[in-house]
Amino acid sequence: MPGIVIIGAGKAGASAALALRQGGYTGAVTLLGAEPHAPYDRPPLSKAALLEAEPPSPAWVLTPEQAAAQNISLRRGAEVTSIAAPARRVHLADGTTLAYSKLLLATGATPRQLPGAEGVLYLRNYEDALALRTRLAPQSHVAIIGGGFIGLELAAAARQRGAAVTLVESAPRVLMRGVPAAVAAVIAARHAQAGVNLLPGVVIARIARAGAQHHLHLADGRIITADLVIAGIGAAPETRLAAAAGLALDNGIAVDEGLRTSDPHIYAAGDCCAFPHPLFGGRRIRLEAWRNAQDQGEAVAQTMLGGTQPFQAVPWFWSDQYDLCLQVTGLAEPDAPTIARHLPDGTVLHFQCDAQGRLIAAAAAGGMRLGKEIRLAGMLIAQRAHPSPAALAAPDVPLKSLLIPMATADASSS
Amino acid sequence: MPQIIDLCATSDIELEDVIRVDREGQSFAVYHAPGGKFYVTSGLCTHEAVHLAGGLVMGHIIECPKHNGRFDYRTGEAKGVPACVNLRIFPVTLAGGRVTIALS
Repeated sequence: MPGIVIIGAGKAGASAALALRQGGYTGAVTLLGAEPHAPYDRPPLSKAALLEAEPPSPAWVLTPEQAAAQNISLRRGAEVTSIAAPARRVHLADGTTLAYSKLLLATGATPRQLPGAEGVLYLRNYEDALALRTRLAPQSHVAIIGGGFIGLELAAAARQRGAAVTLVESAPRVLMRGVPAAVAAVIAARHAQAGVNLLPGVVIARIARAGAQHHLHLADGRIITADLVIAGIGAAPETRLAAAAGLALDNGIAVDEGLRTSDPHIYAAGDCCAFPHPLFGGRRIRLEAWRNAQDQGEAVAQTMLGGTQPFQAVPWFWSDQYDLCLQVTGLAEPDAPTIARHLPDGTVLHFQCDAQGRLIAAAAAGGMRLGKEIRLAGMLIAQRAHPSPAALAAPDVPLKSLLIPMATADASSS
Repeated sequence: MPQIIDLCATSDIELEDVIRVDREGQSFAVYHAPGGKFYVTSGLCTHEAVHLAGGLVMGHIIECPKHNGRFDYRTGEAKGVPACVNLRIFPVTLAGGRVTIALS
């Protein structure tokens, strides 16, 4: 009998493969990765991989030895060309086909490209990070397009490597998507302090090459000359195979709350899928985040093994820039008002509640200790708690005391 | 002969919480478990060397504040990615309201 085939050997795919084994599945598990590497973590690519003195090896998620020990057939450099859904087969670029009983699409996302711009670099995979490392030279001038997580992390890394940095963002401020304005302001101030020339609200008319240099022509007539241009302008879900197979799409591969696609034998998880979130009124969202990929990989494995639990993990993102830790939990409205709580180290935690007073998001940028508070806020969001604004704002009221007590003291199985 | 290191008073740590204690050039995380027992582990997360005392204690799990790696602080066992290397643990002795460990 054919086993389970997973297309995409990133975080979600690897997490699912491991969770299938941990869940007791004994059939064949085939993990197909297009990259030449075993599964690795991507978060270090925009941080440590650019900063360490020597080019680091990828941060492995599943080594070939671990895969073998779990009886997971890991195939690297395996490109899938099409899915024959009615026949339950996938076709590979090397001409072979694989039959499946269940198929998981964990195809990830691809950086959005600037149309008509030559020589612009992007960051998604390990080779991209190696290429950037060699180009982020001291004394060079780097232009970064996009003030999201990737653009800002690259700006921090470039400054730490001694490059001059100009960051251009078309929105009125950085981190417009999903980070409250007050928290984004902390990040922007830290970049300004580090010497990054931040240009929000600026539109690029065109990018021209002049020998080894690039000219960014801004819509307001200014011209920025840079040795290197990097774009971090978001990522598009990788839906090519799903679309060709006739699966329903909706800003990604559309899945239900169990991460099932419109085909009864095909599932999707990670950056590529858009799912209805029970904690947010069933609103369909798509998350590009390490934790989400990990959690959805585990959850989809449970569904594939017959589980019926909906996926409802509270969204959680982090970014590390300079000495700052940025974390967001829940779904923040970029311009909604926030309730501020001042932590002892000077970090300010910002909460958002909906019109009914239910906590829906918390975010902060600052010292490491905010992680504990953000985690507790995430637990409150999961409990659909309606904490009073006064309690949220009062630093002497522990967030832990606002939690609805759990039935058991040991959360290790959650 | 192991060296006895006095870390803190039992009253220094709230129930289901953790504090940082630095002694003998080492950093420790000292836990007060639900039920009242005390445990000690090495202080830094095995993933990115962040101090665990800033993290959240849930039952017998300590969660790193930076990337939410998890450990069972009774055994040191890594219980959740990105943490995958176990924490070092130290046997605890309670005497006269003090938490002490034996360092060999």
